[in-house]
Amino acid sequence: MLTFPIYLDNNATTPLDPRVLEAMMPYFTGKFGNAASRNHAFGWHAEEAVDYAREQIASLINCSPKEIIFTSGATESDNLAIKGVFEMYASKGNHIITATTEHKAVLDTCKHIEKIGGKVTYLPVNEEGLIDLQQLEEAITDKTILISIMYGNNEVGVIQPIREISKIAKKRGVLFFTDATQAVGKIPVDVEADGIDLMAFSGHKMYGPKGVGALYVRRKNPRVKVTAQMDGGGHERGMRSGTLNVPGIVGLGKACEIAKQDMEKDTARLSAMRDRLEKELLTIEESYVNGSREHRLPHVTNISFKYVEGEGLMMGVKDIAVSSGSACTSASLEPSYVLKALGLSDDLAHSSLRFGLSRFTTDEEIDFAIDHVKEAVAKLREMSPLWEMFKEGIDLNSIEWADH
Amino acid sequence: MAYSDKVIDHYNNPRNVGTLDKAKNNVGTGLVGAPECGDVMRLQIEVDENQIITDAKFKTFGCGSAIASSSLATEWLKGKSVDEALSIDNMDIVEELALPPVKIHCSVLAEDAIKSAINDYRVKNGLPALEMPKSHH
Repeated sequence: MLTFPIYLDNNATTPLDPRVLEAMMPYFTGKFGNAASRNHAFGWHAEEAVDYAREQIASLINCSPKEIIFTSGATESDNLAIKGVFEMYASKGNHIITATTEHKAVLDTCKHIEKIGGKVTYLPVNEEGLIDLQQLEEAITDKTILISIMYGNNEVGVIQPIREISKIAKKRGVLFFTDATQAVGKIPVDVEADGIDLMAFSGHKMYGPKGVGALYVRRKNPRVKVTAQMDGGGHERGMRSGTLNVPGIVGLGKACEIAKQDMEKDTARLSAMRDRLEKELLTIEESYVNGSREHRLPHVTNISFKYVEGEGLMMGVKDIAVSSGSACTSASLEPSYVLKALGLSDDLAHSSLRFGLSRFTTDEEIDFAIDHVKEAVAKLREMSPLWEMFKEGIDLNSIEWADH
Repeated sequence: MAYSDKVIDHYNNPRNVGTLDKAKNNVGTGLVGAPECGDVMRLQIEVDENQIITDAKFKTFGCGSAIASSSLATEWLKGKSVDEALSIDNMDIVEELALPPVKIHCSVLAEDAIKSAINDYRVKNGLPALEMPKSHH
């Protein structure tokens, strides 16, 4: 039995796993204590639960439980990592290197850094969405304090060469931060083997709750510190004040435990479903996968259907919930900056749909999505003047389009 | 963003999708917008000897509101005289389709397409082109 709409936007957020909800429930009511209350059982129970979650998380990413700083989510973790390093290491330098396809939480934080006197290098990516390691190395100066490169991209799923990046960072004595929001819980992430110094991730992208995330901060080789961005009770080793979100943290912990236990099984299933979806959709004439297909998260595909506009297409595929690289609703009318950074022309970027699968996605849902998208593309092309011109062999670049 | 019922209706059942013979002298064609902006509309009118628009067709690359705006425009054009058609204002389209502010440009594009089609018809028939009152967004 299918229920509509079918959710295929799991890079935006995932549903809560019922096992996670079950683990969280007691901490809303009976076990409601403040984890910072040291002098009674309510506090002890809460602290125990938080410590247990730290262990579950540490076990997934191969770190020490002490290296986990709880936050409200990946955006806060990104802010804390970048601003926190910038302030803490001000005496060493003021230069940060990042990439043009990073999440806005990183890019806008870097913009802020520039406003307060920092220097930021934005590395371009190739058409696969990958940064160039030589360019990275060349961008490092004696003022560089941080390299911030995401693990897996939210729009196209491209996985950056994390180990190579960390090797360069280590060799040059620069800290390496990665926004791993889309990767943790989906693919094996090991902060030791990967050589990561700081790492942001969140609960709701891996079947955990919204409003909770974490920042991994390395304690050894090297010992990394970040300046707190909120003043208060000095929680989380002084790096993030604020009463801990105990139910959320319990949920994040449980989500990590399940991810570790089910990852192999989930990945095999998800990548098979994704590949089938992709293969079928690519039988549509003039359709293209965006970004690397080799270095990619297992549950994502981003496809452009030339000559149809993404937002119009989304309306046509109303029985599935996906997202589009077209930003026709925004005042700027600018399509996805990520797709543009991959070198896509604006019209191709406007024509894209992103499909994000989850462990709850079924084969039946994928079957439906395939037929639904095929029908909608055919219908919209029937209505598209660009498709007609293409079919008549008219080169769209030869037309003088109105200047906008 | 939620679409109005009228936008959804035009999107699901677009009126007058198609192509008229642009080589014919009594057919005016307007092609406005640009692929990189995510909107291209082609609107065509067929005019009889009494200056009455007897047929109108469109094809649109764009969002639901752009499709609905051009579909509605073809409905309104049929049966109007060329002069009457010039009085169609984008705000009439906004009102009829209950377009939100971020979608007003779709109605502007539809008005541009109407005027552009009429101009094409006028020029083909030895009349001076009219000035386009609204600039493209």
